[in-house]
Amino acid sequence: MNVPLPVFIAIPLATGFFMPVCGKKLKSLATVLANLATLSLVVLAVSVIGQSNVYKIGKWPIPLGINLVLDGLSGLVLLVVSVVSFAAMLFSIRYMEQYTAKPKFLSLFLLMIAGMNGVVLSGDIFNLYVFLEIASIASYALVGFGCEHEELEASFKYMVLGSIASAFILFGVALVYGNTGNLNMAYVSRAIQSTGLNKGLTFALGLFIVGFGLKSALVPFHAWLPDAHPSAPAPISAMLSGVLIKTLGVYALSRMIFNVFGVSLQIGWVLMVLALLSMIAGAFLAIGQWDLKRLMAYSSISQVGYVVLGIGLGAVILAQDGNLAWASLAILGGLFHLANHAVYKSLLFLTSGSVQMSTGTREMRQMGGLAEKLPVTRAACTLASASIVGIPPFSGFWSKLILVIAAVQAGFIWLAAIIIVVSLLTLIMYLKVQRYVFLGQLPENLTGIEEHKGSMLIAMVFLACLCVLMGLLVIVPDLKAGILDPAVKTLTDGVSYSVKVLSM
Amino acid sequence: MPYALCFLLFMIGLYCTVVKKNMVKIVIGIMVMEYAVNLMLIMLGYHFGGVAPIIEKEHVISATGQIAESFINASVDPLPQALVLTAIVISLGSLALMISICIRTYERYGTFDITDIRRLKG
Repeated sequence: MNVPLPVFIAIPLATGFFMPVCGKKLKSLATVLANLATLSLVVLAVSVIGQSNVYKIGKWPIPLGINLVLDGLSGLVLLVVSVVSFAAMLFSIRYMEQYTAKPKFLSLFLLMIAGMNGVVLSGDIFNLYVFLEIASIASYALVGFGCEHEELEASFKYMVLGSIASAFILFGVALVYGNTGNLNMAYVSRAIQSTGLNKGLTFALGLFIVGFGLKSALVPFHAWLPDAHPSAPAPISAMLSGVLIKTLGVYALSRMIFNVFGVSLQIGWVLMVLALLSMIAGAFLAIGQWDLKRLMAYSSISQVGYVVLGIGLGAVILAQDGNLAWASLAILGGLFHLANHAVYKSLLFLTSGSVQMSTGTREMRQMGGLAEKLPVTRAACTLASASIVGIPPFSGFWSKLILVIAAVQAGFIWLAAIIIVVSLLTLIMYLKVQRYVFLGQLPENLTGIEEHKGSMLIAMVFLACLCVLMGLLVIVPDLKAGILDPAVKTLTDGVSYSVKVLSM
Repeated sequence: MPYALCFLLFMIGLYCTVVKKNMVKIVIGIMVMEYAVNLMLIMLGYHFGGVAPIIEKEHVISATGQIAESFINASVDPLPQALVLTAIVISLGSLALMISICIRTYERYGTFDITDIRRLKG
C-alpha cells in the first residue's frame, strides 16, 4: 500500500489540535478520538514497514523544497513509536482520570507523537530541528503536568537542559548550512563527500553529538533524566523512556553520523565510550535507588548505553576494516535492543503507574507483598524484568546475545564481558524491585487496595505479550528480513544514502 | 571575525545558564544563546553591500530571459531569514512555557533561587 508520508504527522497533529475544542463536556469523545488516532498510526506504520519512499512536500524538487524520507530505519522507529504510543494512550484512558485537564493532556501527548514521527521521517536538517522542538516542548509541559513541587522542579531542569541541547543543535545546523550551502540531508551528505570534513563541519559534528547526546541522556549529559522521567504521569514516563530519548537522541544521532557525515574511527570510539559510561554508571546508580520510578529511569540510561554501544561498535568496525557482516551484526544488536527496550521499559513504567495508583506512593520501602493484591501488574512486571535482564526466551536476551556475539567476533572480548556484567547488575536491580514491591510483608495501611481494571490492564497485557514474542523478530527469517534487516542496511550503507534518496 | 563574536555571545549565554542561581536569569541565558544562533544564521546569508533578493525587470537580461549574474552575486541569501523566523517562533514558544513554569514554581516555593528548590535528589 502506498501511504502518503505526511499522514504520519498530520493525523496526530490534527487530532491534537482538535482535543482542546472538545473541552470538559466531551471528554469521552476526546479519549476515543485520541485512541483511534494512535491505533490508525499503528496500522499505517505496519503497512509501510520495509518500504522506502520519498515525499516531496508541495511537489518542489529536492533541494528547493522540504522532503520526507521513509527508509528501513525510519520504518522501524516509526513502528516502535506507534506501538508504544498506542499502549500508553490505552493506559492513560483510566490512569489520567485522577488528573483534571484530560483533553489538554491528550493534546500534548498527540503533539509529542507528531513531533517524533516528524523527526523520524524528516529528510532535511532544519525540519528535523523543528520537529525535535515540537516533541521536546510538548514533553517539557507533560513532565510538569501535575504542577506539584517536584514536577515543576523536574520540568524546569529538563527544560533548561533540553533548550541548551536545542541551541547546540541549531548552531550545528547553522554551521552545516554555512559550510555546504544546503539543508537537505542528501545534498549535505554529497557536499561533505566531495569536499571532506573541514574545521567548521567537524565542529558542527561535535555540536550534534553534544546536542543529541543531551537529548538521549548519555552519561555525562544525563542529569535531567532521573528527575524528569519519574515526575511525569506514568504513560508519559513510558513514552519518554521508551521512545522519546531514542527518536530525538539515538535515531537522530545515528542518522547524522552514518548517513550525513559518514563514519570515522574517532566518532565510533566517542560513541563507544559514551555508551560504556552510560551502561556502567546508569546501572550502579540505579541499584541504590529506593524510588520505584527513579530506579527505572536510571536503568533507562544504562539500557540506552546498550543501543548506542551496538551502533558505535558497528561504526568502529566499518571504519576499521570494513567487514560488513560483523558491522551489520553489531548494528542489528543495537537496533533490536532499541525496539526491545522501548517495549519492556514502557511496560515497566506502566506497571509502576499501576502500583502508584493503587498504593499512592513510589517509595519501595513502604510497599511489599503486593503480589496477591495486584496479580496482573505483578505478572507483567516480572515478564518485563525477565526481558530487561535477558532471561532466555524473552526479548532482551536475543538483543544482548547478538551484541555479545558481535563484540566477540570483532575481537573485543572485554566488551562482551562488560555487557554481561552490566546484565548481572540489571538483574540485581530488578530483583530488588520484585523483593520490595511484590514479595515480603504487606504493610497494614495497604491491605484495602485493589488493582485498577479496564484499559490499564489491557495495555499492560498487550505489551507483556510483545515482550514474549519480540524474540521472533530475529528467529523467524522472514520477519528479520522484513523489519530489522532494512533498518540495519540503511545504516551500513552509510553515505550512499544520498544517492538513494536523490534517485527516488 | 563576526562568527567568532557570535560564538562568544553563545558562550556568554551558556555561562549565564550554567552559573546563575536565579531561575529568570537562567531563562535569559538560554534566550541569549538562541539569539546568538539566530544572529549567526543571519550573518551567514548577509554580505556587505548586498541587495534584497527580489527580482525586478532590470535584473533580467531581456535577450536570454535569464537572471543577470551580477544580481545573483550581489543579492543576500534569503533562506537563513526564513530559518530565523521559524527559530524565533519556536524560541518564543519555549520562552512562554519556561516563564509560566517559573511563575508556577514561584507560587509553590516562594523563591526563584534554584539552590532552595531542591526536593529531588539522588
